[in-house]
Amino acid sequence: MSKPSKDQMLYMYRKMIEIRQFEEAAGTLYQSGQLPGFLHLYIGEEATAVGVCVHLQDEDYITSTHRGHGHLIAKGGRRDRMMAELFARTTGYCKGKGGSMHIADKETGILGANGVVGAGIPLAAGAALSAKLRGTQQVAVSFFGDGATNQGIFHETLNLAAVWELPVVFVCENNRFGMGTPQSEHQRIEDIAVRAPSYDIPGVTVDGNDVLKVYAAADEAVTRAREGGGPTLLNCDTYRFRGHHIGDPGTSYRDREEVQEQERQRDPIRRLTEVLTEEEGVSEDELSAIEAELAKELESALEFAKNSPEPLPEDALNDLYAGSIQP
Amino acid sequence: MALCALRRLARASGTSVRFQRRCLVTGTAVRQVAGQEEGVVIMEVRDALNTAMDEELANDDRVFLIGEEVAEYDGAYKITRGLWKKWGDKRVVDTPITEMGIAGVAVGAAMSGLRPICEFMTFNFAMQAIDQIINSAAKTYYMSAGEVPVPIVFRGPNGASAGVAAQHSQDYSSWYSHCPGLKVLAPYSSEDAKGLLKAAVRDPNPVVFLENEIMYGAKFPMSPEAMSPDFVLPIGQAKIERAGDHLTIVTFSRMVGVALEAATELEGRGVSCEVINLRSLRPLDRHTILESVKKTHYVMSVEAGWPQCGVGSEVAACIMESEAFDYLDGPLLRVTGADVPMPYAHNLEQLAIPQASNIVDSAARLLRL
Repeated sequence: MSKPSKDQMLYMYRKMIEIRQFEEAAGTLYQSGQLPGFLHLYIGEEATAVGVCVHLQDEDYITSTHRGHGHLIAKGGRRDRMMAELFARTTGYCKGKGGSMHIADKETGILGANGVVGAGIPLAAGAALSAKLRGTQQVAVSFFGDGATNQGIFHETLNLAAVWELPVVFVCENNRFGMGTPQSEHQRIEDIAVRAPSYDIPGVTVDGNDVLKVYAAADEAVTRAREGGGPTLLNCDTYRFRGHHIGDPGTSYRDREEVQEQERQRDPIRRLTEVLTEEEGVSEDELSAIEAELAKELESALEFAKNSPEPLPEDALNDLYAGSIQP
Repeated sequence: MALCALRRLARASGTSVRFQRRCLVTGTAVRQVAGQEEGVVIMEVRDALNTAMDEELANDDRVFLIGEEVAEYDGAYKITRGLWKKWGDKRVVDTPITEMGIAGVAVGAAMSGLRPICEFMTFNFAMQAIDQIINSAAKTYYMSAGEVPVPIVFRGPNGASAGVAAQHSQDYSSWYSHCPGLKVLAPYSSEDAKGLLKAAVRDPNPVVFLENEIMYGAKFPMSPEAMSPDFVLPIGQAKIERAGDHLTIVTFSRMVGVALEAATELEGRGVSCEVINLRSLRPLDRHTILESVKKTHYVMSVEAGWPQCGVGSEVAACIMESEAFDYLDGPLLRVTGADVPMPYAHNLEQLAIPQASNIVDSAARLLRL
């Protein structure tokens, strides 16, 4: 089982803090009515995005979901441009035209978060097909939740990826709920990895809140893809500490005790902190310094977003069609 | 199409041709026709499409074909015949029966450096894939503010075939042309098929390319210009198939031929029709429509699809909303498919699809002949 170096662990710590801070700030802003639309927080799930994306280069691809900020930051998305997008400013990744659920950045291989459950899955497989046809070493990763594994497109894509041996990793974030519906009420299986043999691909389940376990499993899956060994279904058992979206307290369909227990026992950041301080000789001060530095950077990101211009009325008609016919 | 119908068609489009039997051994599509204008060849629509794809595969390494039975089977309607043999597995990709998967994967490939031509065996089956066509393909460039273009072509037969009944006969022209972010093309002739498909492949946007199964075997003359590997038709420009002074007929796809047939008959009754072949449903060439209406003062729209919210509704609305309204001497009349799912029985099917006689009768009513 591959283990990250201390530097890699510190990198992953940074990334998880970046995500946690961003999500908490965004949550506060939405709750106070400062931001429009939907917001789906990733708090509690950070280890999955980070443990997977640490193995990816800029030229590798990911597709993400409505609960996508964690994936975007883990893949290299900048918090200032993300915040600007949430604030619907022209300096945002989508110039204010996309919003939280549709952020895309070609430079870091983020093909776009997709607001339709499961719809990003084939897009990642398509990027993998593109890499294979072009003969490159690129890999694609698709993030999706337990709810998405019942969509037809999940099945169609895994089948295609298996038949064509595509360099893609399918990462399921099983947080036990499809919106307000518990897993036990939306599928008969508990371990989503059992669906993998139906397509004759490897399926692995790990504790999605242990970034070291995610790191190891993702290393294997990404390497397999890169070396031409085809797709993997990587099922990460996780839990979201907040509700489905802002406005949903998340306790009408979950036990408050269960939520609190998860927060106490399975916080991925606390768990990595323990490893870093108890096994890797990192001091609490060092970690606090990282947190403080990132908090300051987030402050600037927020300032940047708030001071950025809003779209002009004519921007509503821009960027509908690309270019003109090319010779 | 029956030979006599083809001859009528040729007369209607102002060409005189002699038809030769196709060589069964070589299956060569292109024939020099005796007595014909120098350099004009006759080509089937299916071969025009095939040639277009062959040329675009040669022109750009990023182009590839994907769909069910497009490779070894040579395509369900033989549109991709010979292409897999020539270009191989990496350029012509067969798939299982998995439309949403095919479309989604093709869109993902288009987002990451390739230029797929995604075939749906018919557009009826594309309904399985509609989320990927609209939410992933059509909207992404806009949602990403230009960050992620999606240069993809979705092509296949649209509309009625013959005796295949309701689930295999729907016309999706108005559904797709409704959506901003898509371009929607509807070829009629072989020249349309070749020039518009090449344009679609070269366009960096998602293009829905609506062919017609009945038209695949139709033969048309091709000018030397049209035979060139650089021949591309502009998207968003209609063609005046037949110029006239008394009545504008706005139509597209197979109905262009039916309208031309009706126009010939109406000519005999002293009515000169201007038949506009839209070629492009989105962007729609409103300018050509409006200028024609200003000239003729009477207009009809003809489409094979259902009447409610059909393309003709849009044509009517844009005339009403423009200065051309003041030039009208009568209302726009729509000739459309019957407002029912397509029946199987041949006699009922013929009643459900516009025939030349329907167009002639409507024109007679409109012009009070």
